[in-house]
Amino acid sequence: MIVAKRKPVAEIVEMVKEFKRVLVLGCRGCVSVCSAGGEREVEILASLLRLGCKKEGKEINTICATLVRQCDKEYIDAMDEWDGQYDAIVSMACGVGVNFVANLRPFAKVYPGVNTTFMGGSVDQGVWSEQCAGCGNCVLHHTGGLCPVARCAKSLMNGPCGGSVGGRCEIHADVPCIWQAIHDKLTQLDRQKELLTIAPIRDWRSAGHGGPRTSVRDDLTL
Amino acid sequence: MSFNPNIQAYCCHYTSQQSCSENGGGLLEDGFPANITINRLPCSGKLQVSTLLQAFEDGADGVYVVGCPKDSCHNVMGSQRAAKKVLAVKSALNELNVEPDRIEMFHLERGLHPEFIKAAIQMDAQIKKLGPSPFNGGGK
Repeated sequence: MIVAKRKPVAEIVEMVKEFKRVLVLGCRGCVSVCSAGGEREVEILASLLRLGCKKEGKEINTICATLVRQCDKEYIDAMDEWDGQYDAIVSMACGVGVNFVANLRPFAKVYPGVNTTFMGGSVDQGVWSEQCAGCGNCVLHHTGGLCPVARCAKSLMNGPCGGSVGGRCEIHADVPCIWQAIHDKLTQLDRQKELLTIAPIRDWRSAGHGGPRTSVRDDLTL
Repeated sequence: MSFNPNIQAYCCHYTSQQSCSENGGGLLEDGFPANITINRLPCSGKLQVSTLLQAFEDGADGVYVVGCPKDSCHNVMGSQRAAKKVLAVKSALNELNVEPDRIEMFHLERGLHPEFIKAAIQMDAQIKKLGPSPFNGGGK
């Protein structure tokens, strides 16, 4: 899922303090799962915005709402319900949601309520870690399913770098060296010989250098 | 003019059973500050961050939560969850440049009336020292 984290309240208060009516719009997708922008977080942020503005001697009214997803047009359409009831929107969806609302509501003032951080998973209750960099050219079939692009601090394709100590990354001592993990995993699968194959210099064009990427499924388009 | 703070206490039914069952009556005679409103809960773990924030929105100058000792919560982890929620509100107050000491968590043994009153008096003194809430126009 996409992992996000609420922006500092003061930053959001600064964005919206000139408005009287703010729609705090959550998303029931990824940001709900990572507890950044779901129904509960919308309620908390709305309260913090009201308190923050009150402290500055201003009153704001908030509408709290969540959409099934903010990354699909059909769900954004559901926003018609609040037409004319707000002066600005604070979207608590990931950056995709903020973009979608901005695209589809050309006259709406849309502000981000969260910082979109990475694509990851929940490794423990309340802990998320990055697992995929969305580089567009997956190598997981060579690496035992463990990603060196996202999980190696240097994104090495022929690791390890030599700096790891005790199976830990030299950049972040609390992070396992993913190349050590790849080695261990392939050994366990009796595939360690595959590590002797040198990965060619990587073509990073698929990783987003050159503008936004698009994915089209002809079988699904109308 | 002396400042008489509006303090909202969220108390676990099990922790403060004795105090709650008297409905505040006997408490006042024993020195429980009259300006503290007790909100009784089935478990402090039931509390939501938004409920605590709402108390400030509704005019509280201070808020505190009373739950079971960490390792002997009637509902296993309830009071630990409550403590985390209190920490989250402290952090949010900090972000808003408001004194985090306006909210506290107390882990109290069950049924100990004097300890319950002691916590209330401590909180009352703490909030009186801080002055009116900046959310109520008390900003310095």
